[in-house]
Amino acid sequence: MTRPQGDPALEPGLTLILERHLGKPHHVLQALREIQEAFQCVSPQAVGRVADALGVPLARVRGVVGFYAFLGEQTRGRYRVLFSDNITDRMLGNMELLATLCEKLWVEQGRLSEDGLVSVDTTSCTGLCDQGPAILVNGRAIPRVTPERLERIAELILAQTPMDAWPAELFAIEDNVRRRDILLNDDFQPGDALRVAVARVCVPGSEVEAAANERSWREGIPGAALCAPLSTLEEIKRSNLRGRGGAGFTTGMKWEACRNAPGKERYVVCNADEGEPGTFKDRVLLRAHADLVFEGMTVCAYAIGAHQGFLYLRGEYRFLLEPLNEILARRRAANLLGKDILGQAGFDFDIDIHLGAGAYVCGEESALIESLEGKRGVPRNRPPYPVTHGYLQKPTTVNNVETFCAAALIAKHGGDWYRAIGTAKSAGTKLLSVAGDCARPGIYEYPFGTPVRQVLEDCGAGAGKHSTLAVQISGPSGVCIDASEFERRIAFEDLPTAGAFTVFDTSRDMFEVARNYAHFFAHESCGFCTPCRVGTAMLRDTMDKIADGHGTAHDLAEIQELDKVLHMSAHCGLGHTACNPTLDTLKRFRPMYERRLKSLDFEPAFDLDGALATARRMTGRDDAGAHLEMEP
Amino acid sequence: MTDNTFLLDGEEIPFQPGQTVIQAALAAGGYIPHLCYHPEFKPHGSCKVCTVKVNGRTAASCTLPAQAGLEVESDTDEINDLRRTLVQMLFAEGNHFCPSCEKSGNCTLQALGYDLGVMTAGFRHFFPDRPVDASHPDILLDFNRCILCELCVRASCEVDDKCVFALSGRGLGKHLVVNAESGLLADTDIALTDKAMEVCPVGVILKKRVGFAQPIGQRRYDPEPISAQALRDAPRPPAGAGHCAACEVEE
Repeated sequence: MTRPQGDPALEPGLTLILERHLGKPHHVLQALREIQEAFQCVSPQAVGRVADALGVPLARVRGVVGFYAFLGEQTRGRYRVLFSDNITDRMLGNMELLATLCEKLWVEQGRLSEDGLVSVDTTSCTGLCDQGPAILVNGRAIPRVTPERLERIAELILAQTPMDAWPAELFAIEDNVRRRDILLNDDFQPGDALRVAVARVCVPGSEVEAAANERSWREGIPGAALCAPLSTLEEIKRSNLRGRGGAGFTTGMKWEACRNAPGKERYVVCNADEGEPGTFKDRVLLRAHADLVFEGMTVCAYAIGAHQGFLYLRGEYRFLLEPLNEILARRRAANLLGKDILGQAGFDFDIDIHLGAGAYVCGEESALIESLEGKRGVPRNRPPYPVTHGYLQKPTTVNNVETFCAAALIAKHGGDWYRAIGTAKSAGTKLLSVAGDCARPGIYEYPFGTPVRQVLEDCGAGAGKHSTLAVQISGPSGVCIDASEFERRIAFEDLPTAGAFTVFDTSRDMFEVARNYAHFFAHESCGFCTPCRVGTAMLRDTMDKIADGHGTAHDLAEIQELDKVLHMSAHCGLGHTACNPTLDTLKRFRPMYERRLKSLDFEPAFDLDGALATARRMTGRDDAGAHLEMEP
Repeated sequence: MTDNTFLLDGEEIPFQPGQTVIQAALAAGGYIPHLCYHPEFKPHGSCKVCTVKVNGRTAASCTLPAQAGLEVESDTDEINDLRRTLVQMLFAEGNHFCPSCEKSGNCTLQALGYDLGVMTAGFRHFFPDRPVDASHPDILLDFNRCILCELCVRASCEVDDKCVFALSGRGLGKHLVVNAESGLLADTDIALTDKAMEVCPVGVILKKRVGFAQPIGQRRYDPEPISAQALRDAPRPPAGAGHCAACEVEE
């Protein structure tokens, strides 16, 4: 198909970007993201150029642009301001700030200003809940937005100051580490874990030695060379480490399944698509402990026999890209990445960073792999699972950032050391991202088994005017607990969590919390399956109907019905959990819902009884029979 | 029970390795209601109408690999209620006006609705704004009725080797797009003879000027319900036998 020549204004920059991705269909998303960053949109001409250069049908490229929130075919202005819209941002007044900014810039929310200069809108949680309200301007994160800081931002935009010339202190992000335990306290130096790993030997007569000998025969590698990787894998298994992304699958089992899967090429993927509203621990790990993350990935590669790794970094954490690439370069220079790592012949491994572009669902591991392959981030059908059919259908281990950190420490200190910490079913420690109504939001590391009450005391929750009403554990896809449950413990056997810990005090309206989460799920549903695509939108609309004062008991029943449908038939966890915040809060804080209901029975979209008024007047009747059944 | 059979509502169903539950069931004469599954294409499991209960857990039968000894429940009140709700959701999501739709009687969504006893949409309608694409001289695209089953996407890429269609957007904003920089069907290389012209289960991809050539009353689902016809259409042995059709295969 012939196409008109592209816009000459685009040409030089576009050509430069496309050259890097020429003929690589798996790079579609990376190319589009770079184009978006350079031109603030991916114009239809640019879509056509990407399709031609990378060898992908144009419609499919357009489908990718349409999937990710940070990509768009239309320009959203030379400055696109996005307010993080997590409930914690709401509680800090983000909507008032948004309205103020719109007024200053003469622009309506969600619309491009008349002069094409600026647009202002909301986006899902940007992972800065401990220093909100937060915004993104052209993808760059700005925390702690106050009216004063907003005034400066408005001036910079109106003066059309290039982003690179904005004062650096606007972009300053704190780590806010408040409690350290074994992970954050470790005096880890790059290479510590790998040096121990490669030096491991088989205990004579052990199961590992037998396994090494058997594999040596099967894989054609000398038995001694397999001893160190297999012993490392054994330490991970012995540690009882479970995945820190929320699901809690045993890491050692996952690695072993991947190692045992047929095929020569294997991949290690670090899931740094930290999108769960309220969590931000991976941001801190990647900023302050990136070597530990990369070392954990390298340990994994050693144990499973992989040569290529990817870090999938959420688009909201774009500001981490350059620092992380510098650390990767340092590790290559130190022979902790690259060929023959630490002088071990054949231990070749390197890591590439891929950026997301605004899609929560990509945190689901198979959707993440689709996105790594440059496609729409739609969760795959399973089985087969990524450990056998992952990236490019090859065996792939996907783990959370925190899991790789723990794995590095286990490689360094041994599995027995690790399993002794925490509880019997939950070994080790957990990083919590504490935010909301508390004096000291930030990162808290605790051994598993710590009660919620302890965390609340340490972060200064309930110390002010209001006591603590509820805590949302693990974000909207987790659970909401009330004060009667604060003795419950952070552990897989009681309150499993990916890390979010959002505190609400008695001044908060838990209905509004659930409504914010309902909007989040509807916005982030990938739309693949019927129940989630339609059901999350129905839940959102029903919550809005209740908020508008038109809700009835019928609507609450409909939510229960939607929950059942989503649990039974949704394609992935997003749909399964979409109704949880609503049902959790409805169960614990029902009066907050009921006081909004117009009547406790049924309220149609229009006033049926009112429609009979003319007939009553004409017949002169006003008895019960001339009315529809009504509440007294 | 032999090695390669499972139970569907108590009936023994034989299967070949690589078949999914619905493929084996249809081949053996066991009907499981379905919408986005088409015997000629690799199942992708998006509509969820074919959901069944297996050993206490629910799963889409089109993508669930058949295994010896599975106990599959399909024709139960609980599962049929779920299917009815899913079909109602599709009716509420798009703009479906059967009495004035030229696909009425030939429409799979409508036929399934009748068969499952759908009397109303049951939910508030979304009434989305979806402009039609009438740019092509011979083909009309009426997106109002699209249920996002991706059959046209699959047919156009896998059979026609053209990739005229793809999906864009996400969530409720997910929609069909066509393979032209202008975004118009007229600028694609679609042809009336394409497989993509045949597979639309609803009234999105329509040949112009023949809408009512076949009178209402003499259409596909007028004489007998879809459940009676689906088994006749099922290929025996089904396509995909001998490999795991549910497994993603790199193109």
